[in-house]
Amino acid sequence: MLDYVWLVPLFPLLGVIFNTIFGWKLKEKVVGIIGSTTIGLSLLVSILLLLDLLKLPEHHKIFELTLFKWIAAGSFAAEIGFQIDPLSVIMMLVVTGVSFVIHIYSIGYMHGDRGFNRFFIFMNLFVFAMLLLVMANNFLLMFVGWEGVGLCSYLLIGFWYEDNNNADAGKKAFIVNRIGDFGFLLGIFLIFTTFGTIDFTDVFHKAAVNFHVGDGTMVAIALLLFIGAVGKSAQLPLYVWLPDAMAGPTPVSALIHAATMVTAGVYMIARTNVIYTLAPAALMVVAIVGALTAIYAATIGITQFDIKKVLAYSTISQIGYMILACGVGAYSAGIFHLMTHAFFKACLFLGAGSVMHAMSNNTDIRIMGGLRKYMPATFWTFLLATLAISGIPGFSGFFSKDEILWQSFSSSYGNFWLWILGAVAAGITAFYMFRLVFVTFYGKLRADEEIARHVHESPKTMTVSLWILAGLSVIGGFIGIPAIFGGGNRFEHFLEPVFEKSAAIRESAMAVHGYAVEQGHSLEWTLMGIVFAIVLLGIGLAYLMYIKKTDLPGLVSRRIKPVYQLVFNKYYVDEIYNALVVQPIKNVSDYLLWKFVDVKLIDGTVNGTGYLVRFAGRSLRTIQTGFVQNYALVFILGVVLLLLYVVFI
Amino acid sequence: MDLSLPVIHIQSIYPQMILVLFAIIVVILPLFVHNLKRELLALISVVGLVLAYFSLINLWGQNLTGFNGMIVGDNFSIAFSIIFLVGAFLAVLLSLNTVENEYLNYSDFYSMLLFALVGLLMMVSSTNLLVIFIGLEILSISLYVLAGIRKMRVDSIEASLKYFLLGAFATGFLLYGIALLYGASGSIDLVEIGKYIQANGFSGTFILAGAAMLLIGLSFKAAFVPFHMWTPDVYQGAPTPVTAFMSAGVKGAALAVLLRFVWTIAPLSKADWTIAIWIIAFLTMTVGNVVAIAQSNVKRMLAYSSIAHAGYLLVGVLAGSQLGQASIMYYLLVYTMMNLGAFGVISYLGNSNKQENLNLRDYRGLGFKHPFAGLAMAIFMFSLAGVPPTGGFVGKFYLFNSAIQAGYLWLVIFGVMNSVISAYYYLRVVVNLYMHEPEKEVAVPKASLGLSFALLIAMVAVLQMGIMSSSYFEFFRQAVIAMP
Repeated sequence: MLDYVWLVPLFPLLGVIFNTIFGWKLKEKVVGIIGSTTIGLSLLVSILLLLDLLKLPEHHKIFELTLFKWIAAGSFAAEIGFQIDPLSVIMMLVVTGVSFVIHIYSIGYMHGDRGFNRFFIFMNLFVFAMLLLVMANNFLLMFVGWEGVGLCSYLLIGFWYEDNNNADAGKKAFIVNRIGDFGFLLGIFLIFTTFGTIDFTDVFHKAAVNFHVGDGTMVAIALLLFIGAVGKSAQLPLYVWLPDAMAGPTPVSALIHAATMVTAGVYMIARTNVIYTLAPAALMVVAIVGALTAIYAATIGITQFDIKKVLAYSTISQIGYMILACGVGAYSAGIFHLMTHAFFKACLFLGAGSVMHAMSNNTDIRIMGGLRKYMPATFWTFLLATLAISGIPGFSGFFSKDEILWQSFSSSYGNFWLWILGAVAAGITAFYMFRLVFVTFYGKLRADEEIARHVHESPKTMTVSLWILAGLSVIGGFIGIPAIFGGGNRFEHFLEPVFEKSAAIRESAMAVHGYAVEQGHSLEWTLMGIVFAIVLLGIGLAYLMYIKKTDLPGLVSRRIKPVYQLVFNKYYVDEIYNALVVQPIKNVSDYLLWKFVDVKLIDGTVNGTGYLVRFAGRSLRTIQTGFVQNYALVFILGVVLLLLYVVFI
Repeated sequence: MDLSLPVIHIQSIYPQMILVLFAIIVVILPLFVHNLKRELLALISVVGLVLAYFSLINLWGQNLTGFNGMIVGDNFSIAFSIIFLVGAFLAVLLSLNTVENEYLNYSDFYSMLLFALVGLLMMVSSTNLLVIFIGLEILSISLYVLAGIRKMRVDSIEASLKYFLLGAFATGFLLYGIALLYGASGSIDLVEIGKYIQANGFSGTFILAGAAMLLIGLSFKAAFVPFHMWTPDVYQGAPTPVTAFMSAGVKGAALAVLLRFVWTIAPLSKADWTIAIWIIAFLTMTVGNVVAIAQSNVKRMLAYSSIAHAGYLLVGVLAGSQLGQASIMYYLLVYTMMNLGAFGVISYLGNSNKQENLNLRDYRGLGFKHPFAGLAMAIFMFSLAGVPPTGGFVGKFYLFNSAIQAGYLWLVIFGVMNSVISAYYYLRVVVNLYMHEPEKEVAVPKASLGLSFALLIAMVAVLQMGIMSSSYFEFFRQAVIAMP
């Protein structure tokens, strides 16, 4: 099967081509089925790949396939080639699996939309680009996928472009991402100048052999790449685009802005783990940014009333955890959380979409309430996913989050402060998620007559998807049960070949510093207990405030009004960016670049040249009389001039 | 006395022989079988092309010399021959379209096309100036017939006559050049002449004048400025498939001979020669592009565009390196694909003799009404303009890269500026296809299977050569002539 990996990205691409050419004339159902089937086939191939990979011996789980040489210019060479190893297979499974479910959901959700076909074309294109990103065997191809998913994200955020707000949100996402991509691209340039190649295997091999821990170049590369991750994965300070990105259709939010694309930054760090391990200073930055983002976005999540906005901030916060995991060198824990998060967050978003479907596309939770009675399937799946994200023992989120928190405390890069930030953020997460559940599904429906009359459970295609994802949210963690529960953490073990170079570098570095590695299980139990207590506290508080004493939230927000206002307005970050960055740039481009440089200088020159060329064309054209005699004359003129010049002068 | 028997190696002209055989079959068969459909004739021609292709592939790498040195079967000639075969193949497919149903006699058409191809193959597979000349004549006479094959049309006859008159004129110069070179060096073989020049220097009135006249004769065929005046009239008047075939094939053969000529006789080592070629390349690019802007007839516009492309190709000759040779071959293949494709779309949109829909205004809104043809045309236009990720971009990149490495920075700057100018008129077609409402109802007939197939091949090839250029380029790198 390994020789057929190219099938995985090929199927979605075929879907794009087919629906682009024929989709306009086909029925919705056919378009939807084609869109979903192609992803399903990719999923199937990915599963077969996983089985093949599991059969391979321990340290030979890395497989490369070069399709063809893509660019060869001087010493620079890039291939279209894929690297299949445990990391990329897991990503492929997450991407194709979650997209498959979401595609099926979309058939119901997008029913009747004018852009139904366009939606499926873009979604398939997204899956194609995302697969390129995770399967690439070199930085350039990865960058192509990276930009491709960015493009699809832009197209899908502004999917309903008739509304200017949506189009603006798309632009915002695109522009903010550009800052990140700029850093990423500089990182790739630096990699090429340093190593003379952009092939993953070569770069990581050369890095591990030729550079020692703490090398300045490695730190620079790691930080530049991290700028890219910050933009794509919506971390501080470039997270501002993600909440606005909720303007897109809900399946898009679920697939691109929760489960897959936004986690690309985490994947990239895990993929380049060798470079990060060689740059502990960069790792520290990564860990701090991740931990701060986790708690920062969680606090904003408490105050929002838009169901999708709450989930958006929750996503930012959860990716913060993954970044934190990478920052403390626990790459596989980060990937583990990436996977479980993909399940439960996709489930939550699709649940939110289902709710919106019932509420005539309203997203304000203040007019919801009591929906439990009307849409049981949505409620139960939403609740299961909430339990998972809150980290209730036994659910998938618990295992992955616990692993991250433990590592952030016990790893040689971790410390108490990172742990406490993560632990408190876990409590806040539990609080705002249960607030969401209680306000939306409990109590009495607060919507007006018109909306209330239409409240209904969603169609089968949607609820089936919800149940699948809810099921995964519950059991998805069992493949990575840590040693403390008697599990072998098979997930981490499976990923080991990808991170073995990093592990070797760390061991030798630690040997030098004489660092004690062993931490007892008793400490792990204690920390886990503390975190669980914090989580329970958050849930209890939510129960108290939104079920028992529903006047309490108003009271509290009035009591601490300045703080509440600050958080409610998202710390005024959008306003600050607008005043400090957007407006100055706008002014410069408006008065200097546009009205002077562009209009006067460039347009003047271009138009002038254009007129000149057209004038020349018209004049020269008159020579073409149509008479053979004239043609012969010009010919002879040429002969005479050439002979005179070449022979006689 | 030592008598050496000439070495024949008959297999070195198998491709030509196969093509001649099929040309004769195509022309004789209708005498015996009545009411032959043109599709069948086209199929027979394609069979001939395929057989010729395989016999060419068979010769690859053997470096055969046949007929006592008159025929050279090196990779260089094979690579060019394959490009011509591809061009002829596409031209045969294009001829199956509705608008092309007005030739008086199809068997003539296919047979002349195959004979023209034989001429092309002869030209590139010899270093003997007389053989080259015979090839050129086989080619020219076939083309005179082909240009005028729509006998009831005045412009077709006019094209044929103009091409013939000026062609005869140019051939005179070519022959005179050969005579002068022979007179000075005592040989009609480029290699022998090259040896003479190495011994005696590239000087002397006879040698210089002979070389200049050879250059003039080839310049006429390749449509270099100022020997290009015939091009627009002939290209416009000839049937579209013929125009398409001429634009890529004849140009390619003239360039191949020019390459052999500058490599064996090495005039590039002489400064005023390089300056002369520099000026011709510059003029060709610029005049072609600038005048193309002023055209409203799409076919005529493509005629000027083909002049401009001849200029780009000449830049590769000037580079005087093996990189330049490979770049020319690469570009010629891309050009064959995209130009025949573009002419194919023109043929597709033509309705009948009276209504060919050649005006730019007829293209308005067609991109939505005929999505396949519209997309194909857009891709070919982008490729002709040299926009990535099409083959046109990569080809131009290789050509200009080879010229920069040879130190012709300014010529490349002018070339890139010319590309910018050309983008204006190429993209104008795309703008008309997609961004204007149609003015009037343009009736377009159903596309024939053959034409659709040709467009599909060309489209895929243009994109493939843009994205996976390396393998093609590597192939052509094996086909360059070694340093003399």
